[in-house]
Amino acid sequence: MSSTFIGMPSFPAAARQAVQDAQLRHNLRKATHTIRGKRGEVVGELDDWAELRDAGRAIKDRTLRHLDRYLEQLEEQATGAGATVHWAADAEEANAIVTRLVRATGEREVVKVKSMATQEIGLNEALAQAGITAYETDLAELIVQLSDDFPSHILVPAIHRNRAEIREIFARRMAEWGVPAPDGLGDDPRELAEAARVHLREKFLTAKVAVSGANFAVAETGSLVVLESEGNGRMCLTLPETLISVVGIEKLVPTWADLEVFMQLLPRSSTGERMNPYSSVWTGATPGDGPQDVHLVLLDNGRTDTLADRVGRQALRCIRCSACLNICPVYERSGGHSYGSVYPGPIGAVLTPQLRGVQGSMEASLPYASSLCGACYEVCPVAIDIPEILVHLRERVASGPGHAAERAAMAAAETVLGDHRLLHMAQRAASAARGAVPRRLPGPGAGWTDTRDIPDIPPRPFRDWWREHEKERARGGGSGDAGGRTEHEGGDR
Amino acid sequence: MRIALFITCVNDTLYPDTGRAVVRLLERLGHEVVFPEAQTCCGQMHYNTGYRRDAQRLAVRFVTTFAGTGADAVLAPSASCAAMIRDNYPRLAEEGSRLARATAELAPRVHDLSELLVDVLGVTDVGAYFPHTVTYHPTCHGLRLLGLGDRPYRLLREVRGLELKELPGAEECCGFGGTFAVKNPDVSAAMGSDKARGIASTGAEVVCAVDNSCLMHIGGTLRRERAGVKTVHLAEILASTEQEPARV
Repeated sequence: MSSTFIGMPSFPAAARQAVQDAQLRHNLRKATHTIRGKRGEVVGELDDWAELRDAGRAIKDRTLRHLDRYLEQLEEQATGAGATVHWAADAEEANAIVTRLVRATGEREVVKVKSMATQEIGLNEALAQAGITAYETDLAELIVQLSDDFPSHILVPAIHRNRAEIREIFARRMAEWGVPAPDGLGDDPRELAEAARVHLREKFLTAKVAVSGANFAVAETGSLVVLESEGNGRMCLTLPETLISVVGIEKLVPTWADLEVFMQLLPRSSTGERMNPYSSVWTGATPGDGPQDVHLVLLDNGRTDTLADRVGRQALRCIRCSACLNICPVYERSGGHSYGSVYPGPIGAVLTPQLRGVQGSMEASLPYASSLCGACYEVCPVAIDIPEILVHLRERVASGPGHAAERAAMAAAETVLGDHRLLHMAQRAASAARGAVPRRLPGPGAGWTDTRDIPDIPPRPFRDWWREHEKERARGGGSGDAGGRTEHEGGDR
Repeated sequence: MRIALFITCVNDTLYPDTGRAVVRLLERLGHEVVFPEAQTCCGQMHYNTGYRRDAQRLAVRFVTTFAGTGADAVLAPSASCAAMIRDNYPRLAEEGSRLARATAELAPRVHDLSELLVDVLGVTDVGAYFPHTVTYHPTCHGLRLLGLGDRPYRLLREVRGLELKELPGAEECCGFGGTFAVKNPDVSAAMGSDKARGIASTGAEVVCAVDNSCLMHIGGTLRRERAGVKTVHLAEILASTEQEPARV
């Protein structure tokens, strides 16, 4: 993954800062609720959404089951159409391939259409080390690049910025990268878009090399597909002489008929649109039309390992729509940067630890970055059971180093809960000490009592009351409830 | 009908009023209630925190305890515990194991209170009286795992004296999430605070839910913020009558 993210603090620490940033929380709440509402409306228009979702899940699962075969088919078809296919096992290999290809052109600048795969492998940094400048041309990516920032959302990488901040970034930084922002730039969205258009137009007209990702790769024809809103991607895909596409091996669909399902699922789930404004498809090279030197770099970088995991592999169905981010209450408060990766939100919390492993403290903290509320699973257009994978990854983390104390505590709790007599003794001990429980707890409980009151401990547990109730019943008495209603002090808990 | 109670470890230890309300309600409706004393915990905390083996042992204990009760239904007055048994026990059980067989036999009979009343016992008017304004928080596991839908609302609408207030952002998580509240205290607190604000904005005297663990989190936040809103389990509202009104 992007070297820019490595070294981020673990999720709880990063999220603590984000939660305290009132402007950020406001920006995120406003943006996610807007997209969430739009998505809900257009999904609600389709009677067969549930069937489409099932179809999307089934197609992806079938493709992943036979991924080797479809990848070979893709390679054969793309090669036959005039593209050159490269295989990259990891980030280092992928970066080396792209660097070599750019160097071979003699160019020192490339334009890019948004590609999470290249962010995942830190391509821009690798190219910079080789003396090559990469220009992001997606509007949000441009904002992120100009401000030396990280993306914080899959669909809207600059979601954490409002337009006043964007105006300031454009005015301050555009000149360093090319055409400067116009004097007296305001923060009207139209003005900002025009400034970006003028700035980027120069890049498109001068660049000889482009780097792209792809939303889908169609095995039967060796075609790549990019769906976008701005048209900047199409400029990158058609104007330069050399096109290098870096694509994760899970982006495959077998046929055009399969693609049709995702053409419905993706726009509705991501931007809340019935159809995205630009759908670009390219197959190899076409003499006299578009880039003549076309390369496809197929990226593994942890995906085969993920595929080997029975529960975790469903994360590879992801079509990067970001519906899970926009619904997630944790993402809404913690922001995308807290996830320490180009894949934030619920999908990032399951994808990043699988692609990178759980040895790092950031990766180990991600499976816990969820309340398991299930909203992400509900909105996922390919039915990835994210809560199930989170729990599965927690098992992996909990059995590793750094969890010895928790393991011991959980084992002790299991001992008590595994025997009703021990549980009863513990309950009676708690009731006896109920007056002595401090308002502020030490250790792990401190996080609770900092902002919440702990409940009052009742004078006796239910099971004690039940025994009396049984006796009363045996004597033919009433409910055994006499006086019972007032027993639990602090009914307002 | 013979109904076995799974009171849950949290209810048993911290919220015995909920268990008592369930017994009162079901006996009032003319059903036989049993409480298998060997019961402890469904294992949800262990499962959700990544301690599968511990959770498996507790699951085996649960199905063993409840298999022999001869009950027509098992009531768990906690949506998340009912969901743990129905959704997650099959995932915990190795294929063909004793746990798998016992779960397949038992799980379909495990119900949350609103499911038991509406679907199994076929009643929405339980003769309750609760003269207060109430807002309902549909806890995540009740909403998404059990799919309780409008069952709790239907029950609340039949309660005499009760005025139901709509909760803004009802479907959003309160931020409890079991050990999430301890492992990610800042995000959890922010979610709890937003939930508390939503509840306070309704002007209701009481917020009601079908899960005491969520209510513990919400109630702890409301009390710290001195919002003046009480938390009450649905069972306590439904058990409340003119003769024996619930205290709030």
